[in-house]
Parts: sequence; C-alpha cells; structure tokens
Amino acid sequence: MTSLNDGFQNGYALEFRSTTYRLPSGAPLIAGLNLGIAQGETLILLGRSGSGKTTTLKLINRLLEPTEGDILISGRPSASWDPIKLRRGIGYVIQDAGLFPHWTVERNVGLVPRLEQWPEEKIQARVREMLSLVGLPPEEFAKRRPAGLSGGQRQRVGVARALAADPPILLMDEPFAALDPITRADLQREFRALALRLQKTIVFVTHDVREALFLGTRIALLEQGRLVGVYAPAEFLKAREPEIHAFAASLESGGAHEGGQ
Amino acid sequence: MNWYEFLLRNRSEVLERSIEHIGLVGASMAISLAIGLPLGVALVRRTGLQRWVIGVANVVQTIPSLALFGFLIPVPWIGGVGASTAIVALSLYAVLPILRNTCTGIAEVDPAVIESARGMGMTPRQVLWQVQLPLAAPVLLSGIRVATAICIGVTTIAAAIGAGGLGVFIFRGLAMVNNQVILAGAIPAACLAIAADSGLGYLQRSIARR
Repeated sequence: MTSLNDGFQNGYALEFRSTTYRLPSGAPLIAGLNLGIAQGETLILLGRSGSGKTTTLKLINRLLEPTEGDILISGRPSASWDPIKLRRGIGYVIQDAGLFPHWTVERNVGLVPRLEQWPEEKIQARVREMLSLVGLPPEEFAKRRPAGLSGGQRQRVGVARALAADPPILLMDEPFAALDPITRADLQREFRALALRLQKTIVFVTHDVREALFLGTRIALLEQGRLVGVYAPAEFLKAREPEIHAFAASLESGGAHEGGQ
Repeated sequence: MNWYEFLLRNRSEVLERSIEHIGLVGASMAISLAIGLPLGVALVRRTGLQRWVIGVANVVQTIPSLALFGFLIPVPWIGGVGASTAIVALSLYAVLPILRNTCTGIAEVDPAVIESARGMGMTPRQVLWQVQLPLAAPVLLSGIRVATAICIGVTTIAAAIGAGGLGVFIFRGLAMVNNQVILAGAIPAACLAIAADSGLGYLQRSIARR
C-alpha cells in the first residue's frame, strides 16, 4: 500500500522539520534543521568535518533517529516507516563503498533484489544491467571480488549496488573522496550524467566545494550542525555568508580539500 | 620390547581407547560450541558483561584439570565418576577460546561493511549470518583450533576419573613405572592433536583464501 514512490502532499521527496539530533551527552550534532528536498534533484550537503553532514544522511535511512523534530519521507514521518523496508527503498553509498569482501561483485550488486526475493533470472539480468550502467563490463567483473578491484572500480560497484533495486532515493556519503583526482573526476562526470538520466532524488555529502558545484542542483551548507543556507550552484560563490568565504578560498587555492580528510 | 612393539601388540585396545578419546573430545567440543558461539554473539555488543564472562572463563581455565575433575565428582546431576563428568569439565576448558574468538572475530569486522549492510536494509539476523559470521570465520576457527588442542590434551587426564580414553595407558604406565605403556597412550594422543590441528588449520586457510 505504501511505497516511497507514493504521494508527495508537499512536493518534497524528503523534508526535515526542525530536526535535531543529540548525542546521549546532550550535545547536538544537528540542531533545528529545516530543509526540503525535491523529487529528482541532487542536493549537496556541504560542510567541513564534524558539521553534521553524515548525521543528516543517517537520519534519512534511520541509521540514526532524530531526538526532536521529524523527517518526512514521501510525506510520511520517518518513524512511521518500517526501517528495513525504508532502507531497501533508499540506495546508500559510503566512502569506502562498504562492499562485502567475501562476496563476488555480482552478489554484492544483487544484494537488495535478493533481500526483496526477486526471481533469480531477474536478479541476474538486473546485475548485468547495473554493472554495464556504471561502466564495468559484466563478463569481466561479475565474478571478481572487491579485493581485486581498484578504488574507483569498487566505488562503481557501490553505486551499482545502491541502484540495483531501483530505489527512488539515493544517499551518498563522500563516495568519491578517497579516490585519486583523475579517477574522481571521471566518476563525477559519469555520475552527473547518470543522475540527470535517472531522475532519482539524491542527497550527496561532500566537503569538496568543486564537487558540490559540479554535481549539485542545490547546495545546502552546514556549519556545526546548523544550516547556513541553501544555494543554487551559480549563486553559491556570490553569497555573502562568511562561512562561504572559506570554501571559496579553498577553491582558489587549487582545491585544498582534495585527497580526502 | 620397545613402545612400538607394545603398541602393535595391544593395537585393539589402543584403537578402542583412541575412539573413546575422540568421542570425549567430540562431545565436549559440541557442547562448548553450542554454548560459546551463541554466548559470544550475544556478548559482542555488551562489552561490560563480556569482560565478566570472559573473566570467569579465564579463571576456570587456570584451575588445574586434575583438580577440576576432582571438584566435579561430588556435584549432583553432572558429577560422579565417568565420561559425563569428564565431558562437563572438558567443555568448560574449551569454551573460553571459542567464546573469546567469537567476540573478537565479530568485533573486528570492518564497521563500514556492517554500516552498509544495515543501510541497505538487511535485518540484524541477516547481518549476523550473511556478513558478520562469515567474515569472522577465520578468527572463529582459530579459536576452535585452540579449543580442540586443549581438549585433546586434557582428555588424557580424564582417565583419572574413569572416563576412559588414551589417558588410561598413561595412568597405567605411571602405576607400573613402565614407559612403554605411558608412550602407548601419549603418542597416539599427540598424533590425534597434530591431525586435528593440521586439519582445522587447513580449513582455516581455505576459508581465509575465499
């Protein structure tokens, strides 16, 4: 009856409403976040380490639960979703891909369809389709294990796995941060094309302003758990907020943020 | 007559005692696995309780085996003279390495892998069976390997409380002050230990290679 593709009363695929997340000690990692994310957009969560970007992402797929406020997913509060069902409808890609080292590429990519008990032929076909989509010829890569892949290839498998069950929402936590600059640029270019084509709602965490400007339809800047503002890429560097100057400066110095943390 | 001739002459009893020995080890290992694995899994996240349980298991391990067998004899239900008492004591010895390695093996699985497993919508049970346990398997197996070695060794002492096994020759030899008889128990026991260890070692390597 309910699916993530259903009803958008307010037009948002995802909406944070005065969302606060505190550690058990009481210190807020996210404080009073109000943010709407439209169907089909790529929203970038930009900020330094410790600004609350990853926390925000994990609140969406309920790896963390908000202490105060709500997150509406397809118009329904996240707490009313069954967490397992919710997560299977949300693709998730993390920095070092988090592939299962004891499984082949094929099995990794087929994870969610298999959890959802798709028929085996359909899973096989889907895995091949996904591998081709991310530029890994299935004949060559299906039977390999993550340990035998380069960082960029692992990340491609991570993207293929996240997309396999065709989730309407995709969460990406610094997926390209650990890659060398050339591989990263390749993946960013391909990912942008993919995002335009697939029209998924994407929430993408990064600390790299170059990546934010290149991939985002909008950029949400976080600083110490608070939302500074949301900007279109074209207006981001022109905005007056002092927090933006630091990022603009990093861009001029040739990308001080490159090479991960 | 050297020990080898003695062994050959008494081969039917040696075989019988070896089978008894293997039976004692097998039964004890089965019990300690049945206790140690689930307990280890349950304790992975409960680090406070885990310290306590492993502490107790450590203390048990320091009790000399002959003393532990002796302690158990007067205990109702599990005690008395014979194989069942021996199996209880052997299980107590074997449970520590299994428990400890289950905890550390699972705790050492890359947190990023666990996070993505949960994030992709695996249930806690699926994460355990499909991700944590397979990835912890080499560490887990090394615990089983240590436990088996301990078990095979300690089982020789179990003859003291009438449990049978290859220890029968050792105690008989001690009483007769006859080295040949001692060796007829000690050498097959050592062979068993080596065989079990290399077998499990092979299994461990083939799992790690997967």
